[in-house]
Amino acid sequence: MSAEAESGCDGKIVQLEDARKIYQMGNQAVNALAGITLSFARGSFWAIMGPSGSGKSTMMNVLGCLDHLTSGRYVLEGQDVSTLDDDSLSELRLRLFGFIFQSFNLIPQLTVQRNIELPLYYLGWDAHHSAARAKELAEKVGLEERLNHHPTELSGGQMQRVAIARALANEPEIIFADEPTGNLDTATGEQILRLLVELNEQGKTIIMVTHESYIAAHAGRRLHMLDGLVERIEGDG
Amino acid sequence: MHQIKIVRNILLGIENLLLHKLRSLLTTLGIVFGVGSVVAMLSVGEGASKEAMDQIRKLGSNNIIVSAIKSIDDEAASTTHSHMSIYGLTYEDHVRVAESFDTIRQTAPVKLVRKEGRLRERALELRIVGTTPEWFELVRRPVLAGRVLLESDEEDQLAVAVLTEFGARRLLAAESTIGQSLRLGSDYFEVVGIVKSESGQAGNIQIPDEQIDAYIPIGVARKYFGDITTRRTAGTREREMVDLHQIIVQVGSIDDVEPTAAGIENMLGNFHKKKDYLVSVPLALLRQAEATKRTFNIVLGSIAGISLLVGGIGIMNIMLASVTERTQEIGIRRAIGAKRRQIIGQFLIETVVLSIIGGLIGIGLGVLVPFMITYFAGMATVITVGSIVLPLVISFGVGIIFGLYPAVRAANVDPIVALRHE
Ligand SMILES: Nc1ncnc2c1ncn2[C@@H]1O[C@H](COP(=O)(O)OP(=O)(O)O)[C@@H](O)[C@H]1O
Ligand SMILES: [Mg+2]
Repeated sequence: MSAEAESGCDGKIVQLEDARKIYQMGNQAVNALAGITLSFARGSFWAIMGPSGSGKSTMMNVLGCLDHLTSGRYVLEGQDVSTLDDDSLSELRLRLFGFIFQSFNLIPQLTVQRNIELPLYYLGWDAHHSAARAKELAEKVGLEERLNHHPTELSGGQMQRVAIARALANEPEIIFADEPTGNLDTATGEQILRLLVELNEQGKTIIMVTHESYIAAHAGRRLHMLDGLVERIEGDG
Repeated sequence: MHQIKIVRNILLGIENLLLHKLRSLLTTLGIVFGVGSVVAMLSVGEGASKEAMDQIRKLGSNNIIVSAIKSIDDEAASTTHSHMSIYGLTYEDHVRVAESFDTIRQTAPVKLVRKEGRLRERALELRIVGTTPEWFELVRRPVLAGRVLLESDEEDQLAVAVLTEFGARRLLAAESTIGQSLRLGSDYFEVVGIVKSESGQAGNIQIPDEQIDAYIPIGVARKYFGDITTRRTAGTREREMVDLHQIIVQVGSIDDVEPTAAGIENMLGNFHKKKDYLVSVPLALLRQAEATKRTFNIVLGSIAGISLLVGGIGIMNIMLASVTERTQEIGIRRAIGAKRRQIIGQFLIETVVLSIIGGLIGIGLGVLVPFMITYFAGMATVITVGSIVLPLVISFGVGIIFGLYPAVRAANVDPIVALRHE
């Protein structure tokens, strides 16, 4: 266990072993993940690509501990998480992950500050420290002027930057980004991507789904999926 | 740290409710009326009990009051012409009552005579109460000056009188009245004491004492004034012969009150040809109060129950709508790492805050209702700490019960489904 754990911690932050996800649609089985064995190195930047229905979202959900595998193993930092219960998975997400979504997924009733503070709230931080951290993160993404605004008053690019600030609040190990530039124009998308590259340079592991090859080009490694399987892997970053 | 978190959660809940002010307010109406009814119900019940207790305190909780009454056919006969009506309780009745029941602790026979009292130049129409020292045990009133009647007064047939505070003030200034000579009719009595007095009705029972009483030993009353009274009215002479006007009985324990009263009633029935006596039991007032309380409990309790149910369902409905509206928010929170029970907590706090706010408004309303009941229906109402706390507990309970299902629904939102963008 210890040797394995060490190797997991040193190099591979995430490992999938014959990972399968099967959806039963009536009497038809859909292999959303059809047996994938793959590992992601700590500090790497992955772009997951592939046609619609190839299993990208399913892959992200499994890796992000939002969904269980039907069979196979998912080892996260040396720990098999396939068998963990809902509370433990929530705890893992809270401590290790940051999520960035295509449609930003900010809570519209809450101010920018409150949105950024959300992970800290569940981590049990007090109001004072949370506010300080939210301010720091807002500065990092260039939105310190907007802390008291509501998301609806912001542009798409600004909303995504709030989402990034929120994803960073808990100092995550891995950032999952599901088409983070999908709802943005090219220039804004580039800005967002530069932020992600910067984070990767600071040592964060980033796993991103994207359709655009010019976006994927920023990632060190590109995983092409097809019919729930790995078609090919490009790059060596 | 933990308390701060709860306070923060509650504030967040209130913030969320404030986003839909009108909707939240309307939702709480059921709780408002439900809780209002509970407050009203409790205060009416409390008022009825308290009033009864006050009355019973004046009458004596362990007392049974047997009074002489003029029966109806007697009343008719006496109006025709000069006639002697003989009725009421006899000295033998008193002895029999006192000796027949071992539940009885003490008794006081009462003989009433109306005479003018004079102290020097001042005069007052008095009700002379010939009785024994037990009277002052059974009709407990504070002694203001001097003493009450003693056994020795009776034995020595002393012409002594105890006045009421009211009588003493009318006839002469208080303290110095002690030792004065009071003229009753044509005889002089030495004033030996002054006691407080009550008067009027308690419930439907006549309070035994009156403001204009003068208490003298019963033997003395009998000797000086006899058993026959004559009243002259417009040409007719009305003569009455009554031994005793009242017998006040005290039993040892409150449980003996009603059986003993029934026994006395029964025994007097055997010796009296006409129904010229009345047995009243102060304790019965408590039964009446309980009956009143029951009626109000049924009426207001039903209103409360239905309102709370409707209110609870209303709250549940609004929270279910809220869960649907906020599916995305719930998904985000879950993805970020909120546990199921934290989502449950968030929604439960919102429902409880909502129902407590409704409860507080309801208490405000419910406090007004008893005032109105007192004002318009003349019923006593009492608002106690309990009649505020219980409704609060109830509204808390309603929030928990009807909030649980929506909260569990919220916690079971699948983040994958909630966050899927189409
Ligand atoms: N909840 C679900 N129920 C049934 N089938 C599903 C479900 N989610 C995904 N699928 C199927 O799994 C396959 C992979 O889907 P998905 O991971 O969403 O692909 P992508 O994100 O690459 O478009 C598709 O065939 C899709 O129809
Ligand atoms: Mg997809």
